[in-house]
Amino acid sequence: MTVVEDRPAAEQAPVEDHQRIITVKVRRYDPEVDPEANWQSFQVPVEKGDRLLDALHQIKWYQDGSLSFRRSCAHGVCGSDAMRINGVNRLACKVLVKDLGDEILVEPIKGLAVLKDLIVDMEPFFEAFRAIKPFLITDGREPTRERLQSAEDRERFEDTTKCIMCAACTTACPVFWNDDAYFGPQAIVAAHRFIFDSRDDGAEERLEILNDKEGVWRCRTTFNCTDACPRGIQVTKAIQEVKRALIFRRG
Amino acid sequence: MTAVTETQQDRLVIEAPRTRKKRPSQSGRGTNFEMYAWIFMRMSGLLLVFLVLGHLSIMLLLDGGVQRINFGFVAGRWASPFWRTWDLMQLWLAQLHGTNGLRVIINDYAERDGTRFWLKMLLYTSSFLVLVLGTLVIFTFDPDLAG
Repeated sequence: MTVVEDRPAAEQAPVEDHQRIITVKVRRYDPEVDPEANWQSFQVPVEKGDRLLDALHQIKWYQDGSLSFRRSCAHGVCGSDAMRINGVNRLACKVLVKDLGDEILVEPIKGLAVLKDLIVDMEPFFEAFRAIKPFLITDGREPTRERLQSAEDRERFEDTTKCIMCAACTTACPVFWNDDAYFGPQAIVAAHRFIFDSRDDGAEERLEILNDKEGVWRCRTTFNCTDACPRGIQVTKAIQEVKRALIFRRG
Repeated sequence: MTAVTETQQDRLVIEAPRTRKKRPSQSGRGTNFEMYAWIFMRMSGLLLVFLVLGHLSIMLLLDGGVQRINFGFVAGRWASPFWRTWDLMQLWLAQLHGTNGLRVIINDYAERDGTRFWLKMLLYTSSFLVLVLGTLVIFTFDPDLAG
């Protein structure tokens, strides 16, 4: 579940000796207040080991309770808090402030409609995900026991199983920024996970979906997606493997 | 909390700064044009490395280089069908490679449908003219024109 609470700011927390003050500039947008987005600076006391998410919490809890962002597990697993940090897509809960300099720019991820502050409308992203049929498709009779797979067969798509659907890759893609009909890296990664699964029989169907004008051929191999992925998935490689599968498949 | 009525809800709907225009299409089996265009770019690129580097070496570097190029030199080369074929391939591959590259860039960057359409028309017209003119010259070149 995503926390999007609005509670009044509490009293300013005292700055302690081991803390230092950094500037966090957040791209604010609240259509009920101002139709234009604008930058707001916050002076935030942080500790050495703090993540950017801690700094955002400090702002929300002690300075401005109206700041809105998504976060859930806060440990890089749920994929809720992808944002554009100093110009690159990262998870706020995985980057440390000590690695980001004394002035940190925080924006919502690009290419999706901003709803408020750092919260974007993820629906187009999930729509592309649903379009590639992200579930097991099988032919023939149901086996009487579990569907077995060799370690090698499993290894074939291991990398793309790591996706947490944070949208960092898709919203780092320059093609997606300008063409929201493009499936985007995440949908291709999700398709890859099934296309190269030996237990799945829906590869042909999914390849045909991605053979579309707005499918894999839109990819310009800029590697922004690979760089953005907080799970270290070789996204561009996965896209290239889908292209290769399309070129060398039978029929 | 009072219940929000239908009309109130309509008014609360906020126009997003960026609304989605299109949906991922599910047209099924297409013509595969994009796939063939993609393969063509790789193949023509590989061939062009060889053709263009060869062309540049002959025209600009080897045996006196660019200083010796004149009508006679071109006429001498084009007396051989080998060089005519070389130049014809170079013309067609480079022109189609460049046109497809620009087509892709226009598709990526032109946001409005009208802009995209007219930029592409301009592109196709100009590359058609260059292709036809170049091909015409290669096939109808007359060495006797020099007099």
